[in-house]
Amino acid sequence: MEVLKIATAGSVDDGKSTLIGRLLYDTKSLTTDKLEAIEKTSKRNGYDYLDFSLATDGLVAEREQGITIDVAHIYFSTATKSYIIADTPGHVEYTRNMVTGASTSQAAIILIDARKGVIEQTNRHFFINNLLRIKEVVVAINKMDLVDFSEERYKEIKTDFEQLMAKRDYLGQKITFIPVSALKGDNVVNKSENTPWYKGETLLEHLERLDLAAVSNVGTPRFPVQYVIRPKTEDFHDFRGFAGKVYGGELSVGDAVIALPSQTKSKIKEIYFYDKKYQTAARRSSVTITLEDEINISRGDMLVKVGDLPTVEKQFTATISWMDSENLTPGKKYVVQHGVNKVLAKVDHIHHKINPDYSGIDTEVQSLGMNDIAQVRFKLNKPIFYDRFKKHRTNGSFILIDTQSNSTVGAGFIQ
Amino acid sequence: MNNSTAFINALENEAIYIFREVAAQFEKPVLLFSGGKDSITLVRIAQKAFWPAKIPFPLMHIDTGHNFPETIEFRDRLVEELGLELIVRNVQDSIDQGKVKEESGKYSSRNSLQTTTLLDAIEEFKFDACIGGARRDEEKARAKERIFSVRDDFGQWDERNQRPELFDMLNGEIELGQNVRVFPISNWTELDVWSFIEKEGIEIPSIYFAHKRKVFLRDGLIWSHSDYVFQEDDEEVLERMVRFRTVGDMSCTAAVFSEAADIESVVQEIRDSTISERGARIDDKRSEAAMEKRKQQGYF
Repeated sequence: MEVLKIATAGSVDDGKSTLIGRLLYDTKSLTTDKLEAIEKTSKRNGYDYLDFSLATDGLVAEREQGITIDVAHIYFSTATKSYIIADTPGHVEYTRNMVTGASTSQAAIILIDARKGVIEQTNRHFFINNLLRIKEVVVAINKMDLVDFSEERYKEIKTDFEQLMAKRDYLGQKITFIPVSALKGDNVVNKSENTPWYKGETLLEHLERLDLAAVSNVGTPRFPVQYVIRPKTEDFHDFRGFAGKVYGGELSVGDAVIALPSQTKSKIKEIYFYDKKYQTAARRSSVTITLEDEINISRGDMLVKVGDLPTVEKQFTATISWMDSENLTPGKKYVVQHGVNKVLAKVDHIHHKINPDYSGIDTEVQSLGMNDIAQVRFKLNKPIFYDRFKKHRTNGSFILIDTQSNSTVGAGFIQ
Repeated sequence: MNNSTAFINALENEAIYIFREVAAQFEKPVLLFSGGKDSITLVRIAQKAFWPAKIPFPLMHIDTGHNFPETIEFRDRLVEELGLELIVRNVQDSIDQGKVKEESGKYSSRNSLQTTTLLDAIEEFKFDACIGGARRDEEKARAKERIFSVRDDFGQWDERNQRPELFDMLNGEIELGQNVRVFPISNWTELDVWSFIEKEGIEIPSIYFAHKRKVFLRDGLIWSHSDYVFQEDDEEVLERMVRFRTVGDMSCTAAVFSEAADIESVVQEIRDSTISERGARIDDKRSEAAMEKRKQQGYF
């Protein structure tokens, strides 16, 4: 079964949790016991409708305040696909959650309240989805029931959003507009009779039709070595397997490869998945590779095809999404975790802070605070093997780890 | 199978990747094994991740003493067949040492007492990573759990202050004394687990299949008639065809009426089911926030 991961973005009260609840309800993914719990609580809170947001808001504090404060994952499946929805909060202060949710998703849903239209928050949601190069974006214009399912209002909002689209950096992003009412169920799973003027697909129809191969970011094959398997048993006395996940493209038996950083050349001898040999390792498969020659490779090294080398450098400039309450300042040292590779890095220079709302305003700053996005130059204590994020979503990204607290304090996208 | 492409389901690839990260980033990992279907699934994935080498860490079972005998028998056989190391720590010992008190009354269970025994064992063996079979689809608080979830010196979960997890990069950096709970099948649903068991032809304890059992009904749930479960005089013992969808110990796991006697019928039954898996977990029925509270205290 194919798995499609979707990030959601919307402001407080745009009805994001309700939309997810509606998707679950109309695809019959809510079990009777969960539905009963929702009915009970809705009634207790004095609602005359089912509060579907109760299906997703998991922490006590969230239920008390009626808001989502952390990324939650919701699962449902249809006959064609398994869906994982990352429900990310829409508050200004929670940019970090949006970046996090989007980083693992192939598609995104941006919610707009039809009464409010495109607001500053919408700009931010779109900016982040575009920054993370999500290929498929659905703009769900919600609460259509509260604007009398007006086609005119829908078109107005669409035109406003298209003005934003003109400013985007990643043009390969496909954007689809759908008028919905999550509360009433219009155009979520079932076609609405209230929007005869809308000829497009419902939200679920659209998601069902997405071709997973087409929404994936395909680049060039990179194989970061995670773990070296040396069984040292009688049957596998000389076995030396390099375990890892193939990113960006495929690798096949016989491919001429080069190991980084040693620059040693060899050929792929065998590809194993568990105890079976295969001719080719597909993109994102977790395999074990053996080589024709005995060369010294350890965790953090990378196998790439000859003639297809990444950049090998001790410095880079990246767009940083800062996620910690303690500021990032020039001169400070962090651990850069680039895939499975870790190196020590020093903040060399903060070029400028970016307003993540397409206002085009860049600010000179001395430090970065929580939820800031900025261009930062780093120097590393040893080289890493990277591609630009634009070329390779996996090999062009990294996380920053605080050397004192060990926390993940930021995410970076290499320029 | 030569001349073919290794294209394996995305969830399986992800789980194998996580296992390899654990082996590479931690010094003393352990796989928490209950004999249930989720932990059996974990063992199979671990085999796949490290083949042809052996699984490079032991299994540990926190035994409440109230387990289904079928589960214990199965556990011991699996460990022997795969040549794995098994550590068992008993809740009974924690009770005898006066660290925890047995619950009393109609709904008494040793389920939440496991936390103390688990935390003691982590300290005893200095485990820095405990791999578990929890899934995000099971329960609302678990939906917010990370794949690498850091616990403090007291084993506690601080749900408001979790590390963000980006792309598939897993940050396993911790201080001495802290440990990480690792959930390789976080993104699997109950149906995914069953489909995997079917596809791989994995053996599971017989209580997952329909069998005749002495049970009684309480609060709309089917309870096992057993020495470990308190039963009122007016709660009549019935003999019915049942199976278990989830296996904790006997005092916290309810059965479902079922005729599904093989894996195909079980998968079909799950597909058609309108009740959630944890709907049969008596421990979750205590309150809406039952799981969140237990997790904060160090429970799985």
